[in-house]
Amino acid sequence: MELTVREALNQAMSEEMRRDKDVFLIGEEVAQYDGAYKVSQGMLKEFGPKRVIDTPITEEGFTGLGIGAAMAGLRPIVEWMTLNFSLMAIDQVINNAAKTRYMSGGQFAFPIVFRGPNGPAEFLAAQHSQALQSLFAHIPGLKVCAPSTPADAKGMLKSAIRDDNPVIFLEAEMMYSWKGEVPDEEYLVRLGEAAVRAEGQDVTIAGFSKPMRNILEAAEALEKRGISCEVIDIRSIRPLDEETIFSSVKKTNRIVVVDEAWPFASVGSHISHLVTTNCFDYLDAPPGLVAMEDVPMPYNREMEKQVCISTDKIVKAAESVLYL
Amino acid sequence: MINDKKIFLTLLADMLLVRRFEELVARMYGLRKIGGFCHLYIGEEAVAVGAISSLDLKTDYVIAAYRDHGHALACGMDPGAVMAELYGKETGCSKGKGGSMHMYDAGKHMFGGNGIVGGQIPVAAGLAFKIAYREEKGVVLCFFGDGAIHQGSFHESVNLAKIYNLPIIFICENNQYGMGTDFRRVSAIDDLSAMGKSYGIDGKQVNGMDVLEVYSEVKKLSDEIKKKPGPGFLEIKTYRYKGHSMSDPAKYRTKEELAEYRQRDPIELLKVRMIDAGQLDEAEYKKMDDKAKKISQDAADFAESSAQPALDEIYSDIFA
Repeated sequence: MELTVREALNQAMSEEMRRDKDVFLIGEEVAQYDGAYKVSQGMLKEFGPKRVIDTPITEEGFTGLGIGAAMAGLRPIVEWMTLNFSLMAIDQVINNAAKTRYMSGGQFAFPIVFRGPNGPAEFLAAQHSQALQSLFAHIPGLKVCAPSTPADAKGMLKSAIRDDNPVIFLEAEMMYSWKGEVPDEEYLVRLGEAAVRAEGQDVTIAGFSKPMRNILEAAEALEKRGISCEVIDIRSIRPLDEETIFSSVKKTNRIVVVDEAWPFASVGSHISHLVTTNCFDYLDAPPGLVAMEDVPMPYNREMEKQVCISTDKIVKAAESVLYL
Repeated sequence: MINDKKIFLTLLADMLLVRRFEELVARMYGLRKIGGFCHLYIGEEAVAVGAISSLDLKTDYVIAAYRDHGHALACGMDPGAVMAELYGKETGCSKGKGGSMHMYDAGKHMFGGNGIVGGQIPVAAGLAFKIAYREEKGVVLCFFGDGAIHQGSFHESVNLAKIYNLPIIFICENNQYGMGTDFRRVSAIDDLSAMGKSYGIDGKQVNGMDVLEVYSEVKKLSDEIKKKPGPGFLEIKTYRYKGHSMSDPAKYRTKEELAEYRQRDPIELLKVRMIDAGQLDEAEYKKMDDKAKKISQDAADFAESSAQPALDEIYSDIFA
């Protein structure tokens, strides 16, 4: 059936809550308001206030509460209204969720999902337009996912909820209304596996989350000029499916990595480093990186477009690694 | 107030164990058997021992801050596993990966130490949330210091505990100093027990040098919470005899102040009370003290003779 990303995420949570009574959803506006972005629409009605829980605006508090509940054996889904607000809670995520298993010699598990929209939308200025995957991906002990289709959004969120480890699940405001085919029957998408969206010979273009749409548009434009692109949807940032990326590069000998975060010490720059060190002898050009401009996001729409990644920037990066 | 000789003897033995254990830890730190940040509990024994002894750790939970050796022992954790953890050995409760600030025992419901001031408080609310969610009959004791009470994590957590009626007792162990800072210098109010009032939680000050008072107050409150779930709050006033950590000479306070608190020593107080009541004599006390020393020494011997963790263990226990 065709679903939006919003509906797919809602189905993932609802199905898992029907399956396991230890799963609950907690966050700002998730219950009575039906979700700030309506991802949890109807869930209060189905599951009641004991399992779909509104919180005060205290990200550190309710994030830590979720972590404690997971430590004691429940399986919380913590919704951050946006990832920008996760910065209020990041101590709890880094110092407790990611590390307590290690610090206790493996005595505790943390089956918890932190999810919400990440990355720039439009006209939201610097504090509400940032892609924070690098902060979370940097930390050992966290899994980080960033799907780009309704089918992956559903299948990966279900896997994340069933995972016994903390998972940062990155969505995007602009993606919630994107539509796509989703299998009718129950299914899971395993974390840690990239997807090859298009096979090609001349250049690999790899990315995740919202930029996948730009990547596919760029690949189409390049195909029209006779340039064959292999498109990889990384999907799972940690664990990272290095093998899929490396085998593609060994075939195409060129790669453009797209990451809408700032370029300094980013997921994109790290993948570029991995490709350089692991596929050095196969590369015909240094890896290209398409990132957000290294500035806080301005409000003005034309300035904002200048800062964000775009289809055109990806095409240009591909031309650059192809020496065109 | 309780008057039960059996409980008195347990409280005395437990406090003696914490005291002698910590004294030995200080010696072994001097010998460099133990490294890093090491915060001793000497002087504060009545707080962890009195509070935790009143619990049933089959259903109740304990979570504490970085000064956690006393809480670990009071939860009944194996002194050998605690000492071996301080030595960084593979037989340590956290396999040598946690150290002084990270004592855990899932089975005994000791859910840690935490090295970030106030970091454990929201987690404690989550433990209590689980009790409420599963409709169990437990209570969580969340220990933190006078330094942590100004963190947002405390204020956010007490509010959450109140709106969700969570079965939790927030225990502020006020040992008067947040590291080297007198708590009165950095707190808008001196009576920290009032801190819960704007969240609809009546707090109470408890004399933390009197283990019987601590035991009774915590027991009374946890019994009430088990009947009618909701948060409680106690400020337990205590004093640490040593510096903030092993590297702190504690020059910010006077010798007279320390001497004055030593006059109210929690172990001495209970001992004298029991002797006066004819429940104990000096010979029996000495026997108990010797036993505490022996358990501590055995723990150190166990730690000493334990193996170092295998180096490839650095890669385990990251993911479940």
